[in-house]
Amino acid sequence: MYEFDWSSIPGALPFLWEGMKVTLVITVQAVLIGIVWGTLLAMMRLSPIKALSWFAAGYVNLFRAVPLVMVLLWFFLIVPEFVGQLFNIPRGTDMRLSSAMAGFALFESAYYSEIIRAGIQSVPKGQISAASALGMTYAQAMRLVVLPQAFRNMVPLLLTQGIILFQDTSLVYVSALADFFGAAYKVGDRDGRLVEMLLFAGAVYFVICFSASLLVKRLQKKYSTA
Amino acid sequence: MIKITNVSKHYGDFKVLTDCTTSVSKGEVIVVCGPSGSGKSTLIKCVNGLEPFQAGEIFVDGTSVGDPKTNLSKLRAKVGMVFQNFELFPHMSITQNLAIAQVKVLGRSQEEAMDKGLKLLDRVGLKAQAAKFPGQLSGGQQQRVAIARALAMDPICMLFDEPTSALDPEMVNEVLDVMTELAHEGMTMMCVTHEMGFAKRVADRVIFMDQGHIVEDDSKEEFFANPRSERAQQFLAKILHH
Repeated sequence: MYEFDWSSIPGALPFLWEGMKVTLVITVQAVLIGIVWGTLLAMMRLSPIKALSWFAAGYVNLFRAVPLVMVLLWFFLIVPEFVGQLFNIPRGTDMRLSSAMAGFALFESAYYSEIIRAGIQSVPKGQISAASALGMTYAQAMRLVVLPQAFRNMVPLLLTQGIILFQDTSLVYVSALADFFGAAYKVGDRDGRLVEMLLFAGAVYFVICFSASLLVKRLQKKYSTA
Repeated sequence: MIKITNVSKHYGDFKVLTDCTTSVSKGEVIVVCGPSGSGKSTLIKCVNGLEPFQAGEIFVDGTSVGDPKTNLSKLRAKVGMVFQNFELFPHMSITQNLAIAQVKVLGRSQEEAMDKGLKLLDRVGLKAQAAKFPGQLSGGQQQRVAIARALAMDPICMLFDEPTSALDPEMVNEVLDVMTELAHEGMTMMCVTHEMGFAKRVADRVIFMDQGHIVEDDSKEEFFANPRSERAQQFLAKILHH
């Protein structure tokens, strides 16, 4: 019978916290860039200009048809070489965090853009007509009338996608980057208490994600009754 | 003010408008009626370029609507429009609804826009609702706000696209009263509506449309007394007998 020994966890907490910071940084920046770039992609996709619409459709379909872990590997292996040459960054510079951040942001944008596109389409067409009839340009109508309503409908979905993203950050282990999961793995491996450490990490992920989901549900209720 | 010449529009093979020609002079009130699917809503939406058309010309205040070089936003800012489903902005308060385009399109200051908005709100009898949101108002109240919102832009003419069709019967009159008052003040108006009582009281001319054609374009006296086409006679018989 395996004997659990949790004694190494308190001492590992500072190191785990460092990992959690990496996880949070990647999550937050990917959510923010994902929403901004995703909004632009969604607007391109819905734009009457064919070239923009095709570009956005191509982008979204490409990233949605490729596993995340592979995108992360591309960014880990190929992009640093390329960017390093372009900006004359010395070889061997640690670009793991920035390439992981770029990978996540660009990948998640594809998913966010689909959520946002559905959100924009959920706003009745008459709203654009009304805004246009008042003399607003297409851009003004989008910014002042359509997007605020679309985002209000989308808040729960955007947050849920953020929770998924938070969990997916653990995939940065492919680049040996010490996010929360990576840190837990490393420290558990070092102390010979891998099972305990991974169970603990799992519990932390669960508590964070589950409470976030509950929060989203409450928000959803509030919005749907408002 | 509005000059529509030989306007045609089609979706694929389906002709929505065929060779429509008419005009509206300054201060004139025109009622456009006809069975559903006759193209009357489409025609009125062509006037401010919300619907594109393939042939013909529309001039509003001397500006060609169909000309690709025309700044449509600028033109629309001068032409008020009221929609069947009100289309107030649900995420803004009533005052914001009234102010937003004044500020963002006409460049008025927030205070000036609010002031103007409140005055117009008072005029349509809804000053007490200023701080509310559209969802808290009845349909009739929302439509009156929508009229005030259009008037806040100091339009040179107003287009009404079935403004009472989505309303409960007891709310129709409050909206028609506002429109009647507007007409008496000399506003140039083009109204798509089935309210023949309104047409009889207020209109200068009545246009009757059927299957994308303008079938009758007459003074209201002439239209109600002796409609020339059989289609208009049938339509009037149906609509006036209940």
